[in-house]
Amino acid sequence: MRTDRLLSVRNLKTYFLADEGVTKAVDGVSFDVSAGRTLGIVGESGCGKSVTALSILRIVDDPGRIVDGEILLTKNDGTPVDLVTQRPNGKFMRSVRGGEIGLVFQEPMTSFSPVHTIGNQLTEAIRLHERLNKAEARERAADLLTMVGIPRPAATLDQYSWELSGGLRQRAMIAHALAPDPRLLIADEPTTALDVTTQAQILDLMMSLQEERSMAIMLITHDLGVIAETADDVVVMYLGREVEQGSVENIFYDPQHPYTRALLRSIPALDAAPKAKLPAITGSVPHPFDRPSGCSFHPRCSEAIEGLCDIEEPETWRPAEGREVVCHLFGDREMAVSIEGRRS
Amino acid sequence: MTGPGGGASPTSDHGSSNILEVRNLKKHFPIRVGFANRVKGHVRAVDGISFDVRQGETLALVGESGSGKTTAVRCLVRALDPTAGEIRFHTETGKWIDLSDLSRRELRPLRPQMQMVFQDPRSSLNPRMTVLDIIGEPLLLNGMNNRNDRIDRVEELLRLVRLRPEYMRRFPHAFSGGQRQRIGIARALALNPRLVIADEPVSALDVSVQAQTLNLLLELQEELGLTYIFVAHDLSVVKHISDRVAVMYVGKIVEIGERDQVFFNPKHPYTAALLNAVPRTDPRASRTRIPLRGEVADPADPPSGCYFHPRCAYAIERCGTETPVAEVVDGERRVECLRVAELELPGVTTG
Repeated sequence: MRTDRLLSVRNLKTYFLADEGVTKAVDGVSFDVSAGRTLGIVGESGCGKSVTALSILRIVDDPGRIVDGEILLTKNDGTPVDLVTQRPNGKFMRSVRGGEIGLVFQEPMTSFSPVHTIGNQLTEAIRLHERLNKAEARERAADLLTMVGIPRPAATLDQYSWELSGGLRQRAMIAHALAPDPRLLIADEPTTALDVTTQAQILDLMMSLQEERSMAIMLITHDLGVIAETADDVVVMYLGREVEQGSVENIFYDPQHPYTRALLRSIPALDAAPKAKLPAITGSVPHPFDRPSGCSFHPRCSEAIEGLCDIEEPETWRPAEGREVVCHLFGDREMAVSIEGRRS
Repeated sequence: MTGPGGGASPTSDHGSSNILEVRNLKKHFPIRVGFANRVKGHVRAVDGISFDVRQGETLALVGESGSGKTTAVRCLVRALDPTAGEIRFHTETGKWIDLSDLSRRELRPLRPQMQMVFQDPRSSLNPRMTVLDIIGEPLLLNGMNNRNDRIDRVEELLRLVRLRPEYMRRFPHAFSGGQRQRIGIARALALNPRLVIADEPVSALDVSVQAQTLNLLLELQEELGLTYIFVAHDLSVVKHISDRVAVMYVGKIVEIGERDQVFFNPKHPYTAALLNAVPRTDPRASRTRIPLRGEVADPADPPSGCYFHPRCAYAIERCGTETPVAEVVDGERRVECLRVAELELPGVTTG
């Protein structure tokens, strides 16, 4: 299943080197994205999920820098290229952005230009990667809009982004990202600004497009419900680091890291008992600038072991292919069992 | 404390268990065009809604963006002046007062009883004021002139929302999103309100912090006997916190009833579609989607008949021409749908 590997991120570290100190926004993240599959990256604000996406596309703003790691993109002919070694604005990266990899942002309102029509921006994207004349490009653009389910494509081409509703704008954004027929679509909170009903439509659209084109999707979100509905594999991040990784079934039915478990417990489920006290996680996400020592989750973790979790950084445990847990408790099963025993 | 002649209205059929009775509330915004500001039409943001709020309960107002939830609650606290309708408030002294046409001066003595919590704790707290001044301001405005008294009260309020009183001289930026929302809650509680209107109080927060805030709101309700009107778009949050739910669509309440009835056995196709669209945190959950076509109708130019009919999977010809009226089903539930008697709609399924 994992043979068709398209993108492989290895130990990626993206730091923001500001005058007042170093913010380790992404601090050692590894995962693979395969063709035809959806990788969900989930975490709360400040966990580095967006910076990971920006790093892959090499569009991290100053003073952010990729300080370590590899981002291996498998080219069409099967050879891998490390995107970290490429110049961010070089010819190759420009052909990757909006070529091999399409990007859908959270806020389609700010990612479209308000002074150019949708058609203008779509044909520009098409003609950057393909030699077509204006009329042909316009035709392609109309086809794309039809494909994403926009009811009157010809009329929409002549509209501005602010004339469209949120749902239509996000559809146009997806059309824009799909214009050069990318093999990987990175969607950063694509439905967060939308209503649930529109969200369901957009997610359905992305899933059906993926099936048609056997495209890989990297879906970044804070919403565990969206992950459960769309992802095949999941990476859970906390403060710039991966805490757990596995198939969607692993994460939802057999979560191992205390953070994942707490996160799943703290959402009020539609079928749960009403007004019951929610098992909340104490405290709030610290700023990545002052990351706690040891395991960064230990101050909020109900199972933290004093003298271990607050001092030593946990190792990554790999109990099975594609499954990773970064936690002291998991590493030493026996210790975990004895702690359970003491507590009960 | 009394309103003008027509302000006080007699107690309604439900007796004194209601704290608020809204009748046919409307808010239309004029659309003005051109140099002369000619009125071209109206945006019917809230278009004739009626509901009761019972003492001690949580009534949730749900709906997509543009459905008029926020406009409705802004009318209730008279941050906006309603176009028509009655807002009957049951005061502490047992009187019924219609808030809809009171002047600002007449409203002032009533304001402490009704307070608001806002969505974005980043923009609803003044960054140049300390927490003490933010929470103390309503106290000062209502006659607590002694600074030491105010400090004592703010200390008490901070403890109430589980924040450390030592932090009262800090500015909002020193707090996390969840803590800031607690400051907003403390400010709303400063004057011992009876009715708290919370407009999307947890939607700007992280999942883990959202749970803490919901727990706090539920605990405060029990401790202080508060009544909540809770505006939200997240149905799992609404399910968790509410007693009754009102579903709004393009300025109208299409369904209102007990939470469990609305969630497990919805009677309006829009409610069913809304519930159906909520992503579930269970990857194996299989379900059939109720397709919801198109987009929310334009409140400036709503469709004929039932506003929902162009998107409704169950619409028949009649729906495009006849305007549905509210029908009472199973006791106290009100539904505005022409086919309410014949439709079997899927709700939330457990297990």
